[in-house]
Amino acid sequence: MTEREIKKGVKKLSPIDVYMLLPRTNCKECGEPNCMAFAAKLVNREVSLEECPPILKKEHEKAYKKLQETLAPVIKEITIGTKEHAVKIGGKLVMYRHEFTYHNPVALAFDVTDEMPLHPRFSEEEALIDRVKKVENFLYNYIGRDLNLDMIAIRSTSNDPATFKSAVENVAKVTNLPLILCALDPNVMEAGLAAVQNRRPLIYAATKDNWSNMAELALMYDCPLTIFAPNDLDLLKSLSKTMIEYGVEDLVLDPGTFPDEGLSDTINNFTMVRRNACKGGDNVLGFPLIGVPITVWFGKEDSKEMLAWEEACLASILTSRYADVLIIHSLDGWVQLPTVIWKFNIYTDPRKPVAVEPELKTFGKPDEMSPVMLTTNYALTYFTVESDLKKFGGNYYLIVADTEGISVESAVAGRYLTAESIAEAVKKSGVAEKVKHKYLIIPGMAARLSGETEDELKNVGLPGWRVIVGPRDSSGIAKLLEEKWPPKEED
Amino acid sequence: MKTLGEEAEKEKKAATELSGLLEVLGLEGEREVELEDVELSANELVLLPSVLASAALKAVVPPARLAPPKAKPTTILEAPFTPFLQEYSGQIREVTLGATKSEGGSRGKTVVIGGATTPAFYLFEKTPPHPPVIAVDTFDMKVTLPKAIRMHVEEVWEDTAAWAKMAVEKWGVDVLTVHLLSTDPLIKDTPPAEAAKTVEEVLQAVDVPLIIGGCGDPKKDAKVFTKVAEVAEGERVLLSSLTLDMDEAGVLDGVAKAAGKYGHLVLGFTALDLNRAKELNRKLYEYVPEGNILMDLTTAALGYGLEYSFTIHERARMAALMGDKELQHPVLAGTTNAWAAREAWMKLGPEWEPRSLRGPLWETLTALTLLVAGVDMFMMMHPDAVSNMKKIIQRLMTRGKAKPDKIANWVMQRYRRK
Repeated sequence: MTEREIKKGVKKLSPIDVYMLLPRTNCKECGEPNCMAFAAKLVNREVSLEECPPILKKEHEKAYKKLQETLAPVIKEITIGTKEHAVKIGGKLVMYRHEFTYHNPVALAFDVTDEMPLHPRFSEEEALIDRVKKVENFLYNYIGRDLNLDMIAIRSTSNDPATFKSAVENVAKVTNLPLILCALDPNVMEAGLAAVQNRRPLIYAATKDNWSNMAELALMYDCPLTIFAPNDLDLLKSLSKTMIEYGVEDLVLDPGTFPDEGLSDTINNFTMVRRNACKGGDNVLGFPLIGVPITVWFGKEDSKEMLAWEEACLASILTSRYADVLIIHSLDGWVQLPTVIWKFNIYTDPRKPVAVEPELKTFGKPDEMSPVMLTTNYALTYFTVESDLKKFGGNYYLIVADTEGISVESAVAGRYLTAESIAEAVKKSGVAEKVKHKYLIIPGMAARLSGETEDELKNVGLPGWRVIVGPRDSSGIAKLLEEKWPPKEED
Repeated sequence: MKTLGEEAEKEKKAATELSGLLEVLGLEGEREVELEDVELSANELVLLPSVLASAALKAVVPPARLAPPKAKPTTILEAPFTPFLQEYSGQIREVTLGATKSEGGSRGKTVVIGGATTPAFYLFEKTPPHPPVIAVDTFDMKVTLPKAIRMHVEEVWEDTAAWAKMAVEKWGVDVLTVHLLSTDPLIKDTPPAEAAKTVEEVLQAVDVPLIIGGCGDPKKDAKVFTKVAEVAEGERVLLSSLTLDMDEAGVLDGVAKAAGKYGHLVLGFTALDLNRAKELNRKLYEYVPEGNILMDLTTAALGYGLEYSFTIHERARMAALMGDKELQHPVLAGTTNAWAAREAWMKLGPEWEPRSLRGPLWETLTALTLLVAGVDMFMMMHPDAVSNMKKIIQRLMTRGKAKPDKIANWVMQRYRRK
């Protein structure tokens, strides 16, 4: 079987299948020119079915239901929290990212316990409100986008209903973030649930011992419910079936996250469950998976740094291997930075081109003495440079050269970026007519092209242009300009 | 407006009247007919018996019996789990790096990679025949390195052989990479013969298999690799890398021929494009045995395109297992590239410190991500990243060691006091 054939097997859904069920009146109410265009967008998940007003009318009830089924993801989408503070998990259409694209980025939840003091009493003590605030305030600006953390998991280490209730109340008071309530004793869980009746937290967890009580609580409080069956997929599936029969429809599955030597079992269990749901048609397992990297913290004597490192590795590997939500402990920046970035990256659409349009970009209001810089059209290179230039403020011209979406270093090595192509790009951009000076700043990674480029610029009719070698990383542009701009008259 | 009660009352009345009527008409029990408009009164129907005959009686028929409320299960409903297994027609070729004395070389031991018959670490289908391997980078000159790495190599970085020896003895590396960076015409333009001499020195200094890296200039690399191939005859070094640019420059055939003639391995590099990877392999097959070829599909750093590398590796591996012979080669990832990410080394403010951990973690996670996508061999640099990856690979190779009791009650675990 070729790769193409596998893909076809996965993407059985064609726009025609969907079109046949739509009203086919071409009413344009959805904003598309016709029903076929809307069908194509539906198949690509670029629009939602409810954006077609006629399909919601009574006469199309049957077709609407059928379409809902046809378009339903293999992994059910579960909502935790309510309204604008809700987080959606699951909703996956495929097992592998290249088969389509992953939906609903893995939600990152951070724990507090019901025995933590509200505020630290001595330095470095973990405290409830402080941790919640830290989660809320986490922010990293990555290529122009704000990356944040998502949820709070409240654990009952006291196993006392009143203590848990009070901790849940305290957390709910200070944050709108969606919650996971963690307690295996149904009495403790109920006390917690009672404290946040309108928040729709995720319940963690039903086990082989408490499942019927937890199911009752999930129904009574209308909350999604986690099933916890560590390293026992028979039990996991049986409990899932039981819960569905019980009437609990929003489930999250935890096959167990095992640190250290258990890593292989962890990954294999997650993979088997996800594969059965995606490839084996096993509906009972078509629910989001929860990973619990926090387990590295218990029962070991290693240093805090070592444990945080291991937790980061587990979080990363589970993000790549099918977790839809993670419970993590470490809030250290050096641990969370790679976690939030990988989460962002793996959930981008692989169908989107890696390249941006090659053209002349302007920043601020460049005039005839503004610096002229050049970079490649690899999206990540471009966005990095863009975000740096915006951060520095000021006025610039930026020529985005066509390197077929290859980064500077590789483009130079692979000769996608050459003296000739740079000269061509400068010429084509028309920037020479916009500025009075004759200086081009090229990336430090392309330093080897500087001499040759000056010759080539002459050849394309731009005599007298000089090349200034910029920094290897665009964060150094401000410093370069401070030192070298405006350039002194040539000797 | 009518209330619901009135409506129901009316329907009930109509039903009673109609059922009487139906009896008269002998239509009792014709429940498949449907009444579309419940507002129709019995009187109107009486006037229209022909309509009645074909029309419909949904409202008239006694309401469908409601399903009894589902009995909630009182015991766990058994649903045994059977893993969905897949058949793969393809297998990744096995490749041996290095050659011992009896095999025509001088290495103390050889290293075998590849051989996979399932996606990476699908132990529920099959345990991989060989664990992925890590090669550690060294250079033939003093290079710009992030502080976190520099501190580990400063003492030796002007003596390639000493650097190699330290890496093998201190860090216990299995495969060593010597990047002949100084051969770059724009750096030192070290001539091929001199570069080959450096390789000979390293071959003397250590007995692990070697990877020989070039400078990225296709013509110069071809010359250097050709010379290295000759002086290292029989050692089964891996030449990193051969490219389609060499082909365009007209030098690929020569260097591939030399690799074939002197029994070395070649790494075919392409930029995130499986069609080009296949094209390059087809060119290499003319001179190099299929079992001597590895692929480099491009490794981008975490935060700088790692997702593209991840996906191209998953696609390549899946296609290879499904039978695409031109992709059935082990893959190598240059994960040292992780350090190109500014988040790996840059000062970002106190909340993101210490960089001494952030950097090597960055390299580890870049490698780890590609590990699960199917990479067979890694080029790495930071000693902590290397040792962590080794530990993780070892853990991923054995199943059945999970201890459910240890995590069964994680919810209630307290943190250890400092």
